[in-house]
Amino acid sequence: MSWMLPESFSTFGPDVDFLYYAILVVTGVVFVITEALLVYFVIRYRRRDGQKATYIHGSTKAEIIWTTVPFIAVLGLAFISIPSWNMMKNPDSVPADALDYIVNAKQFEWEITYAGADGVTGTADDISTINIMHVPVNQAVNITLRSEDVLHSFFLPEMRVKQDAVPGMDITVWFEATAAGAYPIGCAELCGNLHTTMGGTLNVYEAADFEAWVASQSADADDADDADDQEDQ
Amino acid sequence: MDAHAHAHEMPWIRRYIFSTDHKTIAIQFLLMSLFFLVVGGLLAMMIRWQLGFPSEPMPGGMLLPDEMMAPTPDGAIMLPEFYNSLVTMHGTIMIFFAIMPLLVGVFGNLLIPLQIGADDMAFPRLNMASFWMAFPAGLLMLASFAVEGGAAGAGWTSYAPLSASGEYTGVYLGQQLWLISLTILGFASLAGAVNYITTIINMRAPGMTWFRLPLATWALFITAILILLAIPILAGALIMLLFDQTIGTGFFLPASDGEPLLWQHLFWFFGHPEVYILILPAMGITSDVLANGARKPVFGYHAMVLAIVSIAFLSWIVWGHHMFQSGMNPMLGTTFMITTMVIAVPSAIKVFNWLGTIYKGNIHLHTPMLHALGFVSMFIIGGLSGVFMASTPVDVYIHDTYFIVAHIHYVLFGGSLFAIFAGVTFWYPKMFGRLMNEKWGRIHFVLTLILYNLVFWPMHSIGIQGHMRRIYDPTQYEFLQPLQPINQFITVAVFALVAVQAIYALNFIISIWKGKKAGNNPWKANSLEWTVPSPPPHGNFEMVPIVYRGPYEYSAPDVEEDYWLQDAPPPSETVAPVPEPQPVAD
Repeated sequence: MSWMLPESFSTFGPDVDFLYYAILVVTGVVFVITEALLVYFVIRYRRRDGQKATYIHGSTKAEIIWTTVPFIAVLGLAFISIPSWNMMKNPDSVPADALDYIVNAKQFEWEITYAGADGVTGTADDISTINIMHVPVNQAVNITLRSEDVLHSFFLPEMRVKQDAVPGMDITVWFEATAAGAYPIGCAELCGNLHTTMGGTLNVYEAADFEAWVASQSADADDADDADDQEDQ
Repeated sequence: MDAHAHAHEMPWIRRYIFSTDHKTIAIQFLLMSLFFLVVGGLLAMMIRWQLGFPSEPMPGGMLLPDEMMAPTPDGAIMLPEFYNSLVTMHGTIMIFFAIMPLLVGVFGNLLIPLQIGADDMAFPRLNMASFWMAFPAGLLMLASFAVEGGAAGAGWTSYAPLSASGEYTGVYLGQQLWLISLTILGFASLAGAVNYITTIINMRAPGMTWFRLPLATWALFITAILILLAIPILAGALIMLLFDQTIGTGFFLPASDGEPLLWQHLFWFFGHPEVYILILPAMGITSDVLANGARKPVFGYHAMVLAIVSIAFLSWIVWGHHMFQSGMNPMLGTTFMITTMVIAVPSAIKVFNWLGTIYKGNIHLHTPMLHALGFVSMFIIGGLSGVFMASTPVDVYIHDTYFIVAHIHYVLFGGSLFAIFAGVTFWYPKMFGRLMNEKWGRIHFVLTLILYNLVFWPMHSIGIQGHMRRIYDPTQYEFLQPLQPINQFITVAVFALVAVQAIYALNFIISIWKGKKAGNNPWKANSLEWTVPSPPPHGNFEMVPIVYRGPYEYSAPDVEEDYWLQDAPPPSETVAPVPEPQPVAD
């Protein structure tokens, strides 16, 4: 059992993990102090026959201190969270050179479309895959997240990415992976009977390997004279 | 009093079934919600079986129909659609039919008239109607398990579009019954809330000023206002969703130009005040019991009242923190993060004042006091874990994981339920005239506290590892497979946790007949309910009590005893020493 986050492999990682550990330290200190005082008081001031409790109704000074200090602490935590939040979720923060993808969620699969060499989705060189996303390392990707039916939630734990997919909405999701490898994709929003099966894999490639993957897909597409051959897990 | 004399002439059915006496209605709510607490616990055990031992035959599963369990030669294996129904109904039943009626229905009814010195509620018939709407609503909810397609399976939050059309889940009638049941329950809650508010404003005994009210009553008063304002929003949303389900309105369906996020906004605009509906009365109960156990005035009474009131105000502007990852505008996310962080402050104030209350006390560790201390220590954890989710970037990672499941259970089980155990044990004499057994009460407390933490503490950890909530089979995800031993550990601990609740159930039942006779004031407490017999007669008070002081005058230097009843005349006005109130012979 651990309070340590699993290692992150995206540019969001340091921000999210720093905030998490900052909160862990602040709340950890408060937790230890308050619980220790509770236990100490119960032991120190346990019942003694013939003794009366001290008749105190409170202390204005104490109230002011323990109102102000937590107020400043939580506002501080809020304000240091704002820049990271804007970076992660504000569509204006997506780098201009990001590769375009469409992730279309439906019961119970992720349909992932890469814009291809022309950088535009909805053209002939799009590459579509099911449940497997292929991206290059150290390269921002810009995803338009959609749903065909119910809510889903696109969850890439190691990338520190989570975003609900909402039918009728195009939601911008972006991230930049920092290490090649295979990472899980999960669905984090209850989406029906087979919700639990809606997993996938994020393949992060070195630049050259990504080019090779794109080339192999294009070759396949030419062979099939169609881009609809889809890769299954 | 006239009412007093009448009580004995009432036919049996008016006394026990269709009673208008607030104390009887409190007992009715108590029995109803303890029943649903047991049901909710059984559902939790089935959920945990599937999570600990996915797709292994469930013990006793053969007793359930094929729509729920797939029979195999080795036994019956849970179906995913039944798992979704279990998750949905566990949350729904625990929140709406166990915790909420326990806190509001039981303690609101039992305590408000007694603590303010009134003979009953302002509208006794409306009060009776409240119970007789709530109980059938609960039966309707249970009945939905038996209909075609099974019970609702879109989560207790019933997010649209999953909940808005049966084509996505195969659940049609079950979801509709869920909506109808909660709508009826909403009317029951409204009837109760109107009653509580009117009673507290109009029927306080002479001398019972606002700042002489016990904090339990203060909390119930503010809770009733939250109910009055929040439930109509829920009812509206439920009816809209029912229309989507039945007559094709499409409020929440994009195919009909509806808006799925509208459901979330409406649900959480109700839902966040609801969270405080489920904790404020627990805080009030805890304050009363802590002061009694510590034999000391509540530390910072006015700050405590102010904290309750500010929580109530702030609870209306934090709902968006449930929706950080919903696709809501990120700017709104920032706004809701700030309001959410701020609402942690009044909760912190309450914790510090509780610590101040036991500081330099003369602490009697009776069973209710143990549970109240349990409440404080567990609420600290639940409150602090909330700070993680309040930070929007951290929430990106932990949203919809077991970290949230741990958080809600630290607040609603570690928090509310411990306060309920404290309150039921503390005020048991005012319902049944006897005390529950202390020894077994303490054993139950210690076992529950340990097992409870064995169940829910590890959930933080698996949440941090990315374990999503509401998944039927965690082993489907390769990265969750190493967590399976923890899942099994939690499952075993849940079974033990539920099993030790039998101690409480037996203690509760046996004490009705065999418990020690309580007398008027077994805990040497101050508020008005302790000036009357246990249980109080119909009409409660022989004469309208006159209130001279606040409810927490423990260990006052002016009196020899370490407690001072609210209606005891001050020494300067008495000629002879004030006689102790004598228990009335049964």
